[in-house]
Amino acid sequence: MGRKIGVIAVQGNVSEHVAAIERAADAVGMSVSVVEIREAGHVPDCDALALPGGESTTISRLLGMEGIDAEIVDHVAAGKPVLATCAGLIVASRDARDDRVDTLGVVDAVVDRNAFGRQVDSFEAGLDVGGLDDPFHAVFIRAPVVDEVGPDVEVLATWEDRPVAIRDGPVVATSFHPELTDDNRIHRLALFDPLRASASA
Amino acid sequence: MTETDLEELRRGTDLVKRGFARMQKGGVIMDVVNAKQARIAEDCGAVAVMSLEAVPADIRKRGGVARMADPAALTEILDEVSIPVMGKARIGHTKEAEILQAKGADMVDESEVLTPADDDYHIDKRDFTAPFVCGARNLPEALRRIDEGAAMIRTKGEAGTGDVNQAVTHQRAIKGAIRELDGMAYEERERWAREHGAPRDLAHETAEMGRLPVVNFAAGGIATPADAALMMHHGCDGIFVGSGIFGAENPEAMGTAIVEAVNNWDDPERLSEIATNVGKGMKGQSNADMPEEEKLQGRGV
Repeated sequence: MGRKIGVIAVQGNVSEHVAAIERAADAVGMSVSVVEIREAGHVPDCDALALPGGESTTISRLLGMEGIDAEIVDHVAAGKPVLATCAGLIVASRDARDDRVDTLGVVDAVVDRNAFGRQVDSFEAGLDVGGLDDPFHAVFIRAPVVDEVGPDVEVLATWEDRPVAIRDGPVVATSFHPELTDDNRIHRLALFDPLRASASA
Repeated sequence: MTETDLEELRRGTDLVKRGFARMQKGGVIMDVVNAKQARIAEDCGAVAVMSLEAVPADIRKRGGVARMADPAALTEILDEVSIPVMGKARIGHTKEAEILQAKGADMVDESEVLTPADDDYHIDKRDFTAPFVCGARNLPEALRRIDEGAAMIRTKGEAGTGDVNQAVTHQRAIKGAIRELDGMAYEERERWAREHGAPRDLAHETAEMGRLPVVNFAAGGIATPADAALMMHHGCDGIFVGSGIFGAENPEAMGTAIVEAVNNWDDPERLSEIATNVGKGMKGQSNADMPEEEKLQGRGV
C-alpha cells in the first residue's frame, strides 16, 4: 500500500512540489500518491505534507478560511513529516513579526519576512546543508530568514550566519526553494527518510 | 560563509526571474492607483499589486497618452504592503522599465494598456534583474515575448472593458496552439515556427512540456468571481484584475470573492456561495460593440 503525500495547494508553487516529490519517490524506489489540497478533510489522510512557497499573507488567509490550518497543526502533533519552503516556513513558524500572517506555530522559530530585500535582490547560490554530502544549489526568492530558534531546533544550513534551513521534530523548513531545481535531496531528507524509517520500525 | 559561496551568488537569472513568477501561481494580482487601494488589495488576499496611474477603464475614458505612473506612487505602495509590487512600463520604453527596476518594483509589466513607445520593438528584457510580464493574444506572440526575456505571460484580453470575452479567446488560442504543436513531428514544428514568426527552440520546448515554459496568467476584462474561475477552468495559472475590483460597488467584497473563487474554481457549490452578494460589478463595455480602433490588444505584437 503506497503512502499518501499532500501538497498544500491554496496558492503558490504547487505543481513543482508535486513533480519534485514524484522524482524523489522514484529515486528512493517508493510508491506514493501525491494529492493537491485546497480544502479541509484531506490532510488527515496524508502520511506527509509539503507546504509550498507563494505569498504568505494569501496562504495563511486561505488556510484559515478553508479550515486547513488546524489540520496541519494536528498532523505535526502526530509526528508526521512536513517540508515547508519559503512562505511555507513563514506560515509554519511561531512568529513572523507581522499581524498580516497567522502563523501555525509548528516550527519553534521567529522569522524575518523578505529579509533579503525585494525581488531584484533574489539570488541562487551553492549552500552547505546538514545531512547532505555535497552543496545544494539553493534558489532564494524574496526569501525569509530565521531570526531566533527554540532550543530543540536543529539548524541545517546558514547564509551569512543566519539560519536558512532548520529542522524541528517532524518539520523541515527552508528559506529557499528546493522544488525549483532537479535536485530532490531536500525532499528525500524531509519527507522520504522519515517515511522509510517509520515503515521499517 | 566561504569565498566560494559569494562567487557563486547570482541575481537576475532566468531561474530566479521565472521562479518569482511561479510563486504567484493560484493567486490574484490587483491593479491599484495608490497606497490605500494597495492596503485593501493585500487585506483581500491579493498575491501582488500592480501600481499604475489610472485603472484601464479610466485610461479609456480619459484618452490621451498613457505613461508610467509617477514613481512616487510606487514608493508609497512599496512602503504600505508586504506583498510584491509591480509597475507598468510602455511597450518598448526601456527607460521607464529601468526606472521601475531602480525604484524596487518586483516585476515590470510591459503593457499594451499604456501608449506604446516603440512601434517595432519590445524592451530587451534579458538584461534586466527584475522579471517582466507581457501580454499575448496567441502562442507565437507569447513565445516572442519569452524569447525577449519575459518571465510571465498574461492574456491581453481587452483591458478596461469588464468583458471577459477576449481573455477567453486569447487563452483558447494559446492552449489550442500548444495542443496542435504537441501533435506535430519535429519538421512540422520547424515549419510552424517559421510561418508564425515564433522562436523555433521555444516552439519545441513548449511542445515537449505541453505548456508555456513560463507562468501563464489571465488578464483583460475579468470582472467577477465567476470570470476568474472561468479563466482558471481554461488552464490559467492565476489572474490579473484591473478595473474589476475598484470599479465595483464594493471593492473589499469583490476582491475577497475573486481570491476565494480562484482557490475554488472547480467546486461549483463553493463558487455559488462565493459569488453571492458581492455587490454590483464594474459597468463595463461589451467587446462586440467596441470599434476596432479603440481596442488595445493590437498594440505590440
